[in-house]
Amino acid sequence: MQNTFFPKKQGLYHPGQEHDSCGVGFLAQIDGKKSHAVVEKSIEVLKKLLHRGATGEDALTGDGAGILIQIPDEFFRAQERSLGFSLPEFSNYGVGMVFFPQEKARRKQCQSILEEITAQEGLHLLGYREVPVDNNALGEKSREAQPCIIQVFIDGKGFKKDILERKLYIVRRQVENIVEEKLQTGDRFYIASLSCSTVIYKGMMLGNQVPEFYLDIKDEKFMSALAVIHQRYSTNTFPSWKLAQPFRYLAHNGEINTLRGNLNQMHSREKSLSSPLFGKDIQKILPIIDETGSDSACLDNVLELLVNGGRDLPHSAMMLIPQAWGTKYPIGLDLRGFFEYHSGLIEPWDGPAAVAFTNGTQIGALLDRNGLRPARYTITKDGFIVLASETGVLDFAPENVLEKGALRPGEIILVDLTKKRVMKNGEVKTFYARKQPYRRWVEENKITLQGFFNDVAHATPDAEKHLFMQKLFGYSREDMKMILGPMIEKGSEPVGSMGTDTPLAVLSEKPQLLYYYFKQMFAQITNPAIDPLREELVMSLMTFMGNPGNILEETPHHSRLIKLRHPILSNEDLERLMLLNIKEFWTTTLQMGFSAYGSGDRLEEALDRLCRAAEASVSNGCSLIILSDRKLPEDLTPIPALLAVSAVNQHLIARGLRSGVGLIVETAEAREVHHMALLLGYGATAVNPYFAFEIAADMSMRNALNISISTNKAIENYIKALCKGLLKVMSKMGISTLRSYRGAQVFEAIGLNCDVIQKYFGGTSSRIEGIGLNEIAAEANARYQDAYKKEATTPSLLISGGQYGYRKDGERHLWTPETISKLQYATRANDKKAYREYADLINNQAEKISTLRGMFKFKETKSIPLEEVEPAEEIMKRFVTGAMSFGSISKEAHETLAIAMNRIGGMSNSGEGGEDSDRFIPMANGDSRCSAIKQVASGRFGVTAEYMVNAKELQIKIAQGAKPGEGGQLPGHKVTEDIARVRHSVPGVTLISPPPHHDIYSIEDIKQLIFDLKNVNPAARVSVKLVSEVGVGTIAAGVAKAHADMILISGYDGGTGASPLSSIKHTGVPWELGLAETQQTLMLNNLRDRVRIQADGQMKTGRDVIIAALLGAEEFGFATAPLVVCGCVMMRKCHLNTCPVGVATQDPELRKFYSGKPEYVINFFRMIAEEARGYMAELGISKMDDLIGRSDLLEMNEAINFFKVRGLDFSKIFYRAEKNEGVQLRCAKEQDHGIDKVLDKQLIELSKNALENRKPVKIEKPIRNINLTTGAMLSGEIAKRYGAVGLPEDTITCHFQGAAGQSFGAFCMKGLTLILEGEANDYLGKGLCGAKIIVKPPEKSDFYASRNIICGNVLLYGATSGEVYIRGRVGERFAIRNSGVHAVVEGVGDHGCEYMTGGRVFILGDTGVNFAAGMSGGIAYVYDPESKLDSRSNLDMVDLELVVDKADAREVKSMIEKHFQYTQSKKAKYILENWENCLPSFVKVFPMEYRRVLGKMMKEDEEIEREEPEFK
Amino acid sequence: MGDPTGFMKYQRQDFLHEPPQMRIKHFREFIQMLSEEDAKKQGARCMDCGIPFCHWGCPISNLIPEWNDLVYKGQWEEAYERLSATNNFPEITGRVCPAPCEHSCVCSINQPAVTIKNIELMIVERAYKNGIIGPCPPKFRTGKKVAVVGSGPAGLACADQLNKAGHEVVVFEKKEIAGGILTLGIPDYKLEKWVVERRIEWMQEEGVVFKTGVHIGRDIKVKDIQKKYDALVLAGGAEVARDLNVPGRELKGIYQAMEYLPQQNRANRGQRIDSKLRISAEGKHVVILGGGDSGADCVGTANRQGALSIKQFELLPCPPEERRPDNPWPQWAFTQKISASHEEGCERDYCILTKSLSGKSGKINKLHAVRLEYAEKDPETTRQSSCEIKGSEFEVKCDLLLLAMGFLGPVKEGMIEELGVDLDAQGNVKTHDNYMTSIDGVFAAGDMRKGQSLVVWAIQEGRSAAQSIHHWLMS
Repeated sequence: MQNTFFPKKQGLYHPGQEHDSCGVGFLAQIDGKKSHAVVEKSIEVLKKLLHRGATGEDALTGDGAGILIQIPDEFFRAQERSLGFSLPEFSNYGVGMVFFPQEKARRKQCQSILEEITAQEGLHLLGYREVPVDNNALGEKSREAQPCIIQVFIDGKGFKKDILERKLYIVRRQVENIVEEKLQTGDRFYIASLSCSTVIYKGMMLGNQVPEFYLDIKDEKFMSALAVIHQRYSTNTFPSWKLAQPFRYLAHNGEINTLRGNLNQMHSREKSLSSPLFGKDIQKILPIIDETGSDSACLDNVLELLVNGGRDLPHSAMMLIPQAWGTKYPIGLDLRGFFEYHSGLIEPWDGPAAVAFTNGTQIGALLDRNGLRPARYTITKDGFIVLASETGVLDFAPENVLEKGALRPGEIILVDLTKKRVMKNGEVKTFYARKQPYRRWVEENKITLQGFFNDVAHATPDAEKHLFMQKLFGYSREDMKMILGPMIEKGSEPVGSMGTDTPLAVLSEKPQLLYYYFKQMFAQITNPAIDPLREELVMSLMTFMGNPGNILEETPHHSRLIKLRHPILSNEDLERLMLLNIKEFWTTTLQMGFSAYGSGDRLEEALDRLCRAAEASVSNGCSLIILSDRKLPEDLTPIPALLAVSAVNQHLIARGLRSGVGLIVETAEAREVHHMALLLGYGATAVNPYFAFEIAADMSMRNALNISISTNKAIENYIKALCKGLLKVMSKMGISTLRSYRGAQVFEAIGLNCDVIQKYFGGTSSRIEGIGLNEIAAEANARYQDAYKKEATTPSLLISGGQYGYRKDGERHLWTPETISKLQYATRANDKKAYREYADLINNQAEKISTLRGMFKFKETKSIPLEEVEPAEEIMKRFVTGAMSFGSISKEAHETLAIAMNRIGGMSNSGEGGEDSDRFIPMANGDSRCSAIKQVASGRFGVTAEYMVNAKELQIKIAQGAKPGEGGQLPGHKVTEDIARVRHSVPGVTLISPPPHHDIYSIEDIKQLIFDLKNVNPAARVSVKLVSEVGVGTIAAGVAKAHADMILISGYDGGTGASPLSSIKHTGVPWELGLAETQQTLMLNNLRDRVRIQADGQMKTGRDVIIAALLGAEEFGFATAPLVVCGCVMMRKCHLNTCPVGVATQDPELRKFYSGKPEYVINFFRMIAEEARGYMAELGISKMDDLIGRSDLLEMNEAINFFKVRGLDFSKIFYRAEKNEGVQLRCAKEQDHGIDKVLDKQLIELSKNALENRKPVKIEKPIRNINLTTGAMLSGEIAKRYGAVGLPEDTITCHFQGAAGQSFGAFCMKGLTLILEGEANDYLGKGLCGAKIIVKPPEKSDFYASRNIICGNVLLYGATSGEVYIRGRVGERFAIRNSGVHAVVEGVGDHGCEYMTGGRVFILGDTGVNFAAGMSGGIAYVYDPESKLDSRSNLDMVDLELVVDKADAREVKSMIEKHFQYTQSKKAKYILENWENCLPSFVKVFPMEYRRVLGKMMKEDEEIEREEPEFK
Repeated sequence: MGDPTGFMKYQRQDFLHEPPQMRIKHFREFIQMLSEEDAKKQGARCMDCGIPFCHWGCPISNLIPEWNDLVYKGQWEEAYERLSATNNFPEITGRVCPAPCEHSCVCSINQPAVTIKNIELMIVERAYKNGIIGPCPPKFRTGKKVAVVGSGPAGLACADQLNKAGHEVVVFEKKEIAGGILTLGIPDYKLEKWVVERRIEWMQEEGVVFKTGVHIGRDIKVKDIQKKYDALVLAGGAEVARDLNVPGRELKGIYQAMEYLPQQNRANRGQRIDSKLRISAEGKHVVILGGGDSGADCVGTANRQGALSIKQFELLPCPPEERRPDNPWPQWAFTQKISASHEEGCERDYCILTKSLSGKSGKINKLHAVRLEYAEKDPETTRQSSCEIKGSEFEVKCDLLLLAMGFLGPVKEGMIEELGVDLDAQGNVKTHDNYMTSIDGVFAAGDMRKGQSLVVWAIQEGRSAAQSIHHWLMS
């Protein structure tokens, strides 16, 4: 990309990491009648969605907005005179909306190319029209980048509409290619649209600026019957006009997580594209995808191809963003056939998405399978439809409303203007599913192998070669015991604790497998991770092998595929495949080996040979290539399988041969989940880990496991563990299907040089260079040597490993017996000498490098005397302790840290488990046990208004270092009385933290949550915790724009809690990288001065503090080290509750052993600060403030001569952009949170009498969707004054009319009653703590409320108490993680009552799928007259039963009575009137665990009752 | 780790000991190992720490958590495999090692440590009993020849390792039997000699040649050895004992521990001891100077010989019962240790400086001493100065005085002088990091290099030296 307005790649900043997200919508006059009113309404919608967009450094420069409408024929005709040419009839001319360069000469060049190509294609360019604009409306940045906007008119020469549209597409692609090739104009030339039916007006602006800027829009003749609108929120603030949406066919609110794979796959399909509609022209549109566009733009490119290739628009959209259709998903057979057929054709463009699409006559929208973006619609009686990310964007008279609805996950809605009707999901899909006999095609052509995936076959271990093989492929004792053992025994991935403190692979002296140079990436903020356990039904490991051919055609042959349920092939499966005698599936086996002891050159030659051989075998008709390291001859060293796979995959893609080929890896090297994920992520179709199977067999046969199991079971368990692990790895990136995960390359390399990356792993980021083929070969040869080494006596043990547990001969650790004991002694005795020894052991890594910072060196500068450096007390205020919940560590340890941090003016962190109200009260001696930082995590345990008003900082934990992108779970047996109390749950009931925050699916969502929190406690700062990975800088920029006060960048290596080992080790990157990237990106965006930055992750010494400061951090977090100070000895058994020193346990006996004291912690921090002062004096800087961001004071320690680190290059970490000179390197001002004008300010004013005198108050107000978070600030006031108790019921009654904005009633306190007459958006009643919320349609509306969706998604998330009555249906994830609210609704979407732990939910209508997933407590009653609940519930944790208990029936009835009383619900009325008939249709959804706990309680109660009679 | 909560469920259970009054009637071993069931429970107490401090505290880096777990699971054979991977003579350390591992056991922070040493012994003895171990000569020979001087634990470990690597090894021992301190120093009731013999026989069957009664530097010139062998290892121990220079030292009835203990061991072997030379505590008032392990060995031996009374005096103060704050876990605990010998009866006294000895007809019968008072530790030097307490002088009856006051280093006359190797400031043989002395091809290991230390350290020295020698020979 040249001439772009994006900064070029520099330092750690990479423009490819930019994300965006937004508000999206469409509206249409269903009968197709064009009017200016439609355009006006579209502008109004844009304005109402303004808060979903963002502004950059100057408040006027928006991230982008626009509208797509039908060509306003009448308007253009009115211009004919000034145009100087006359237009052919409508749809026989094309209009192009073109952004030309401002320079006249350039513009001319572009125009002449345009004219030339148009003529070549047999069309005629009629002329140009300069689009009248007024750029006074724009922000400065936007103005600077403003292109010259000109419309171009092309005579269709009588071609029919479809043909003309295709011709215009062909013209556009060629012009784009040629202009770029000849003129390198980059972003300065851009064709927003070129069509004979639609035109796009968009640009880098805010929604309300669109009509101000484009003067055309205000013209009465400017008419359309439909419009697609889009308001963008990007993570950056760089001006880009071309990234504004809509694109030509769609507007997209979402994120494509699998982009790299999709691009590669599309590229490799280009060769096979052919269509009679295009004929030879197909070559002219290549490449299909302009990769300089955003992910949304790329998706638009493919959609455009499919549509112009002859598929209907909705059909094409469903192909690219298919709904879930797996075996567990309830779906009709024809539909399943349709989706299965198309999944063999093309992989999903996976990620959260709400897409609005149109071709000018059809307009519609669809949601991705997870339904992670809101899409609400209203249809009126007078034939108008509006669909948008929020409801309430247009005002309709209540009596005019026909229907209110929302798209559900995977659903589509379509308006056909020619047919003048709206078609819903079922109709659209059934129509396309039956267009061809897809189901039959699939059934008849699918290839099933006898015995395929039936019983797992035996693997026969070869005892004699066992040790040899283990050595050749780098196994260790630890691999056997810690990794394979648990997988084989339990069928799940092993778990560990306390982060990782071993060197990165590139710093390790032990030969490392290539896999360990890669780190998994994960979703944070811009898209959510998925819960692979509770939401498995949307995920799929299914994969196909075989040739899908040309995707522009549809034939039965397209489903001639081998279908695999998952990508792990047993030894027998592979054998069968090889024996398969079907022409389409000839196999060939290629050996992965290079000449023993050969250098990098030999390895390179071998790889080249392998690639050529693969190419040749494809040319010879083979479609299954098996890359194998089985039975390599003695003169060959195995090529790391990952390298071989990726090399072959990329080679075949480049040759356009990949799409038809199955690439199978038969390897002894791969064994862990991480290995499999990498092989698949870099292109393998399936993996056969034959040696791991042998190990499983061997271990079960030798009884080397903790349990005794059969060989078959051992292998099955192992496969199961791999599959579960793969689902988890995919889900943490938010990817649902393996088909799109394959080749998506969602990894970051650390320590591989750019030659290796470019040649074999193209597109992967690797930012500090590192080893090359020579070193990779050397490590492989070291294993080879070890395996072939002759020994005089029977071979010794396998190497220890030592990655997870310390061994003297194993991998190096920073936490060692020496460092731990020195630190404990130093802090207990306040012994500075001992501290010095400790710090030296950590800091001096000149020879044994463990961390990136270990290789940093301070530049020589003029030093100053120590006395001139600010005192340690000042520095200590910058220290915080990590987020560890009371629940993960003991009460004693938790309170020690709080007291210590409060004494020194630092901050401790509550963790995600809530906090006991007792701790908010200062202690008698003046100490305080109150954690200054209160965490708000995905489980939202104990997050109440009271909790939040007792905080100095509210921290949103997006990810944690030990397992970014994953949820957690506190098993019931650990939930003691104490823990249950602070978490507002029931003792003994399992508590699940979902992987994502269910109110943060996008960047605009976090803006909303920050706003919510700020409302409840305006005095607290709001921080956002991110984990270091490539692209975290851009995320941080987005978060800064979302008005976070502080951003925490966590290293991957930290973490004290329990996590899967592969997550601890292989996910995320060190904070040095993430912190430097964040600093650099914020500087480039001019955002640095409005947000503070904190860093944490294995910080141990004052030197670590100084380095973090130099790289940009203002504050520093410590977790493991203070725990060590409190007695932790790195047992790494936190997950077992057996901590022998009372730190990480809830066992009362073990807690007695706790020996930590606040004084020790204070000693620790003082010594850290003193050490830091020493470095400051050395660097000649007296104040910490002046240290921040001074990465110019760092350099690489060149003296280190270890062979693997020679190639490292840290210049990108130390990089400082030139424009940064003289600019603030740290936070210098406060964010403008915009909470001064919220509705609550008025409510508080009006509630004065209630707040001060507890006197009842009644308030009436209109409300709109732009009124966000209503009631939260008022509740904060109540909580501050009255604590958790709040006010008496109904003290403050607010009556609202209209459509409420997001987070209506969030965190509302007891004493508040909110009555909403109208409808509400997402997050209603989020964190509700005591208030009563009533929602009902306006009196005048006559639609049947219980069939219409009147509230959005994710209601009552994390709510703890209160009552809710909603007359109407609600969206997805109703009452998620509810722990105490009683709620009545008339129908819910998918995932209802997910993760619920308490409370009561009464549903008077049907539910979506996956109801009650992960529901461990509380009870739901569902009115289910059609008996559908059973098939729609997730029964893993709940029982369904009839309401037989009288008390239950009474409870249900009384709640429905209340519902009727509050909402006048017709449905309630009906049920009450027919109570005896209806009662049998109620189903009680009762969590098993909850029942058990309740049962126990009842028995205790019973005992008490039985005793009573005796006293009579 | 089989049972994560083992340490909470089970108490530490040590080996049963024959009661003192019974066991002092003989010189035999008096421990009784645990049943398999009980042994498993003891294994279950191990917590499989993320950082196994025991493994760190063990000089030979025994893979303690790994074999503890295997014992818990009943996989004794695999346990032995792990144990023997780091320890050449677990049957010896399992009996005589003071177990620094148990001092650094995480369990011992607030509870009794895991019985690591006992488990070690059970693993190896079970392996012997079940016949799963035995001689396994190397598959090929490198053709390199190594001479090891000294057959104590360092020399044996070094020889064993070198032999396993395929080198031809000859061990020279000046005494009539091989084993050094193991055979002649440590009393039988702690380490019965068949244990050592069993191991030496095994080594012989694997090809190690033992030449006993050959005193290098006296019987054979070192030069000749150097000529005949590719490498030479000095593992002759630190045999120069510290003496007591007070008036009356010339009296009879005063012996070094290393004169007294070997004689009894020889007697136990059935060797005839000239009655005139016989040192016996029988019917005597015995005083032992020195509060260490050798002193304790003298106590046990004197009790078995039938001493009338036994007093053990130590110059330094009595160590505390609990760890001092500056001696925290996981360090070796400098606390008072009550050995099995002490249980058998003896008076221990501390802060005692012997001033003189007196006697009748040239034979000692009294020891005159004074009590010392120690000042606070100097934080800089960590030294503790002392002075005599006025008026605290006292005398005790003493017919037999045994000196167990430690060792000053290797004997210089003979081999070391002839070789002319460099010595360090303490008078030990100085080596490079690879255990090579100042003379090419001449290595040193064990107490001769490191000074007086534990058997387990000697094994560590022998192993490490062997590794260096192997590397040096093969490159």
